[in-house]
Formats: sequence, structure tokens, C-alpha cells
Amino acid sequence: MKILICLSNVPDTTTKAKFVNDNTAFDTTGVQWIINPWDELALTRAIELKSDAANSIENITVITVGEKDAEPTMRKALAIGADDAVRIDAEPTDAYFVAAQIAEYLKSNPFDLIFNGIESADYNGSAVGGMLAEFLNIPSVSAVSAVNIENGQVKIKRDIDGGTEEVTSELPLVVIAQKGITKEPMIAAMRGIMMARKKPLNVVAPVEVDALTEIVNFELPQPKPPCKMIEPDNVKELVTLLQNEAKVI
Amino acid sequence: MSVLVFTENWDGKFKKMSFELVSYASKIAEMLNIQTVALSIGDVQEDELKKLGNYAADKIISVNNDKLKNLDNQAYTSVIAQVAEKEGAKVVIIAHNNTGKALAPRLSVKLKAGLGAGVSKLPSSVEPFTIFKKVYSGKAYSNLVIKSDIKILTLAQNSFEFEENVKSPAIESFEPALSDDLFKTTVSNVQKQTGKILLIDAEIVVSGGRGMKSGDNWSPIEELAELLGAATACSRPVSDEGWRPHEEHTGQTGKIIAPNLYIAAGISGAIQHLAGISSSKCIVAINTDKDAPIFEAADYGIIGDTAKVLPDFIQAVKEIK
Ligand SMILES: Cc1cc2nc3c(=O)[nH]c(=O)nc-3n(C[C@H](O)[C@H](O)[C@H](O)COP(=O)(O)OP(=O)(O)OC[C@H]3O[C@@H](n4cnc5c(N)ncnc54)[C@H](O)[C@@H]3O)c2cc1C
Ligand SMILES: Cc1cc2nc3c(=O)[nH]c(=O)nc-3n(C[C@H](O)[C@H](O)[C@H](O)COP(=O)(O)OP(=O)(O)OC[C@H]3O[C@@H](n4cnc5c(N)ncnc54)[C@H](O)[C@@H]3O)c2cc1C
Repeated sequence: MKILICLSNVPDTTTKAKFVNDNTAFDTTGVQWIINPWDELALTRAIELKSDAANSIENITVITVGEKDAEPTMRKALAIGADDAVRIDAEPTDAYFVAAQIAEYLKSNPFDLIFNGIESADYNGSAVGGMLAEFLNIPSVSAVSAVNIENGQVKIKRDIDGGTEEVTSELPLVVIAQKGITKEPMIAAMRGIMMARKKPLNVVAPVEVDALTEIVNFELPQPKPPCKMIEPDNVKELVTLLQNEAKVI
Repeated sequence: MSVLVFTENWDGKFKKMSFELVSYASKIAEMLNIQTVALSIGDVQEDELKKLGNYAADKIISVNNDKLKNLDNQAYTSVIAQVAEKEGAKVVIIAHNNTGKALAPRLSVKLKAGLGAGVSKLPSSVEPFTIFKKVYSGKAYSNLVIKSDIKILTLAQNSFEFEENVKSPAIESFEPALSDDLFKTTVSNVQKQTGKILLIDAEIVVSGGRGMKSGDNWSPIEELAELLGAATACSRPVSDEGWRPHEEHTGQTGKIIAPNLYIAAGISGAIQHLAGISSSKCIVAINTDKDAPIFEAADYGIIGDTAKVLPDFIQAVKEIK
């Protein structure tokens, strides 16, 4: 079985959002780039599955649609334990564009199990995984909180509103991962970091695709009025305010 | 031509979310001067379907087929696409929940329709079609133009002020073409929580963080939630520690919610936590540390010990109920 992890390169989750060029571009000054948290969990789960020989996983590949500056993040994935990496050399302009690029690559380089995260921490689209599956006319299961392999059969748990379902599927399959898929992200060991330098990171040319959306500009949230403080021995007043001022209880 | 809205049902019943969606769709239909068509997939009785008319649906299409008992993303996408084509949909509206996030992207490819994910307001313009959406997990917003002929929007839950506008729509049943090769997944062992208010549906949420000190100290949170008709939630470390179940974890890597009232007890307000709750209409913070970042996000704050403030809170609520 071959596993592919779609990897989005995103600003560290503590980054303050700032914009330049008349609020049309994200200000990358001083930003730390990381593997999108869910993609990191998916990668971790893939490595766990591969470590059990019974699952016969030959290979874990990570793929990113991005420019050269995404490579340090991709190297981190190799250091954690991916076997090789593919970068489709294009500025990712929207989710449709990204999914179309990965789909095109997969047509000549098939994989059995394709992991996506539920959401990219930058554009919050929750889109690439489902789009990719539709481009390839293959199944997708979303909100996945567990993946196991039993006798070559992939078994999935997905969250539904107020519950869970167990799902099995034909392969190839796109798994859209969220919390629960593994406990904690794996951290690269020194040996992994050394080895990562020698692992293949192949760069492929993009195909012609038009994005369907375009960002006009960004806005920062309106500043919130200051918090109204209430004395700790006067909780009654808080309840009155919630009832009469905020009108929420 | 129409605005098509997909309304999910839960055991044959709609939820507030369904009505928000229909109302939202009808406002866009008004902007475009076209009809609102609501699509329901599943076994929903006529009385229930009719309720969609209270929020200005002009027409209701009901698809009830045994093959669609379980959510198969590929098959559902095909059904929505068939209806979109039949009704000449210019815009398709879907919920930004688990089901919507699973279907909308597939539909986007199927219809070659640009996706605006997680909107909370009406488009600021329909020509060009410009939407306003959250980016960077709520740290910023973007104005986004959808360039394709057909557009798909997913609407964030509890974000849109919906209103009644009673119409008496015709209900039409539709038999979609469902070839076997659409069904590649099998669902088994469905587990459902019963009797509890779901976190994502709740209008009030009482949430605890590491400041609660131990999972054994949760009874005031549960009692307050019970009194207020609220759901309970927690920060990530609390669910990581196993003090509370994972479904309660809110934040960037957990559930993203927008209740009318969010009460944060012993939660510091880390940026990743705020990513999941900052769209709440009103936030109350209870924390011993006056410099805790939660107070920057909160509307009302109490600097104090949860062990004392929560019991007083419960008492004060009892007095007004
Ligand atoms: C400098 C820069 C500028 C950008 N400008 C824009 C822009 O203007 N508009 C815009 O829409 N996007 C832009 N992007 C791309 C953005 O980062 C996403 O790749 C893309 O838009 C999909 O976002 P999403 O929120 O829909 O992803 P989601 O659908 O939320 O992501 C879900 C999952 O899809 C996979 N995935 C997402 N993106 C990629 C990727 N690039 N490569 C491989 N797998 C991926 C991951 O598994 C991820 O967990 C830019 C990126 C960079 C680095
Ligand atoms: C990639 C990534 C993703 C993350 N995603 C999430 C997420 O989705 N959700 C999330 O919650 N976190 C997330 N985190 C973790 C986040 O950074 C914080 O560590 C976490 O939110 C802190 O939880 P807390 O507020 O419960 O605990 P703490 O930060 O330890 O805060 C406890 C608070 O309780 C107060 N306190 C202590 N005793 C009392 C008392 N007796 N009475 C009142 N107050 C008291 C303290 O003053 C303190 O402010 C993420 C982190 C990373 C790196």
C-alpha cells in the first residue's frame, strides 16, 4: 500500500496576522512556517501504520503545491518519517487550483490512501481533500477520527453530529483527517533530521489550471470593546448583565 | 434559475441550522431576483418539509431513496448536482458543518463552481460575486471574489440572523439516477449520543480549562450548564488529560463554535483556543490571573477562583429562574 499526505505549509498558529500592499498580501516578515497541524497528525498516523509490518505499507510520500520556500517545511516531514516528497512548483492560488494540481500528479503516480487535513490553518477552506477525490472520481471520507488497517481493509471512524460511524471503503480513498486520528504529532529525532537531507524531494512542473476564486483584500477584525469587569463577590451583577444588557440568558 | 439550498435532516427532523440556511439562501435569491429551491435528502415527512416554506423557500425537492440512507459523499454529491442542473442553480448553499465540509468541495469540482467556505454574512456584491470570510482561523477576514458561473457557499452555524417569511412552496419528489459505481463506502456501527445538547447546536456553552485543576471538579460546570440549558466544553489540555471527552475540545484543532454565550472558567485564552470560540456573541471569563489573554477576548470578566465564583454563579442563576 502506498500512502500520500497532502501537506499545507502554514504560519505557526501563534502568528499575528498582518498584511501588506494595501492589505492584499499576508505579511510573511518573521513568520515561522510549520506543517499544518492536521497534516502533521495524518503523517504521524501514517508512520504508525507503516511501523506495523502486517499493514504492508511500502511508502509514505508528502506532496505540497507551493513555491521553493515551502521546502524547509517539507524537509521537516521527511525528518519526522516520510520517505520522499513531491513539490508541485506553483503559487497555490486557491483550493481548486491546488486540488487540480495534485489530481493531475496522481493520474500518473497512483496512491492507495491519500490523507488530507480537515482545514488549512491559513485559508480555512476545508476544501482540498473533497475536491481532489471528485477530480479523481474516488471516494472520500471526511471528519475522520481513526484509521486502522485490518487484513488489508481500511477501517475508518468518522464523526457525525453527536456521534460516530464506522466506515469501510474501496481504495484508492481520500481520508480527511481531524482530531483523534492520533494522539500527538511525532517529533523529528536527530537521526531523522540527518536522514531527511538525503531523502528525495522531487520538484514537478504544474499544469495549466485557472483558480475559481480570488482574494480582493484582507481585513483585521474590529477591535473589541474592553471587557467589563465584575467584582468576584458580586456574581449576581454578572447574571443581571447577561440577562438585561447582553440578553443572552 | 435558482438558489439551491441543501438541508440536512436528523432522523427526519430539521434543526435551527436548516432554517438559517433556507433564510440565507432566500436573501441571496432576492439579490439575484431568482427562486429559492430547498433540497432534502432522506425520509422526511411532508409536515416537516413544509416548515422550510416558513423561511421563504419557493419550492421544495424531496429525494427519498433507500440507497441514500447513509452519507456517501460521492453519491450525495451526484444527487445535489443533478438537482442543481435540473433547477438551473446559480448559487448552492450548504452548511459549514461535518456534512457540508464533506460535500461542498466535491460539488465544487462536479459543477466547476468556486467555493466560499464558512461565510457568515450575505455577499457584499453579486456582480462581481464577493463574499466575506474568515481566514487565519479568525485572526483576519478576506473579501473573496468567486469568478465561476455557479457559486457554492457554506454557511457558518449560528452566524446569520434569520427571519420568518412564510410561503407555501410546492413539494416535489425527485428520483435521481444512482448508478452502483457511485457507492464505494459502507457504513456500519453508528453510535449516537442521546439526550445531551450537542456542543455545535448549543446557544450557551460552559467551558472549563486547566484552571479547574482536575476532572473531578467538573460538577459546578455541569450544574451551571444544566441550569442554563447549555452544553459543556473544554480546552485542549483538559481533553488531552482525559478529564473530559474529546468531543468537548474547542479551538483551532477541536470544534469551532459560535454560541450566543460562552463561559470560560479557568481557561487562559491561548490564541488556538480563541480560534474556536471568538465568533461567540458574548464571552464571559473567570480567571485568577488578571493578565490572562482571555480577558482581551471577553465581554464580561471576573478575576477570581472558579471554586468560589462558579457556585455563586449557580446560585445567582437559580434566583432568576
Ligand atoms: C504565499 C502564499 C500565498 C497564497 N495565496 C493564496 C490566495 O490568495 N488564495 C488562496 O485561496 N490560497 C492561497 N494560498 C494557498 C493556501 O495556502 C492553500 O494551499 C489553498 O488555498 C487551499 O486552502 P484551503 O484553506 O482551502 O485548504 P483546505 O482545503 O482547508 O486544506 C485542507 C487540506 O488540504 C491539503 N492542502 C491544502 N493546501 C495544500 C497545498 N498547497 N499543497 C498540498 N496540500 C494542501 C492539506 O492536507 C490540508 O490539511 C497561498 C499560499 C501561500 C504559501
Ligand atoms: C498547533 C496547536 C493547536 C492547538 N489547538 C488548541 C485547541 O484547539 N484548543 C485549545 O484549547 N488549545 C489548543 N492548543 C493549546 C493552547 O496553546 C493552550 O496550551 C491551551 O489552550 C491552554 O489551555 P488552558 O487555558 O486550559 O490551560 P492554561 O493555559 O494552563 O490556563 C489555565 C488558566 O486557568 C487559570 N486558573 C488557574 N487556577 C484557577 C482558578 N482556581 N480559578 C480560575 N482560574 C484559574 C490560570 O490563570 C490560567 O489562565 C493548541 C496548541 C498548538 C501548538
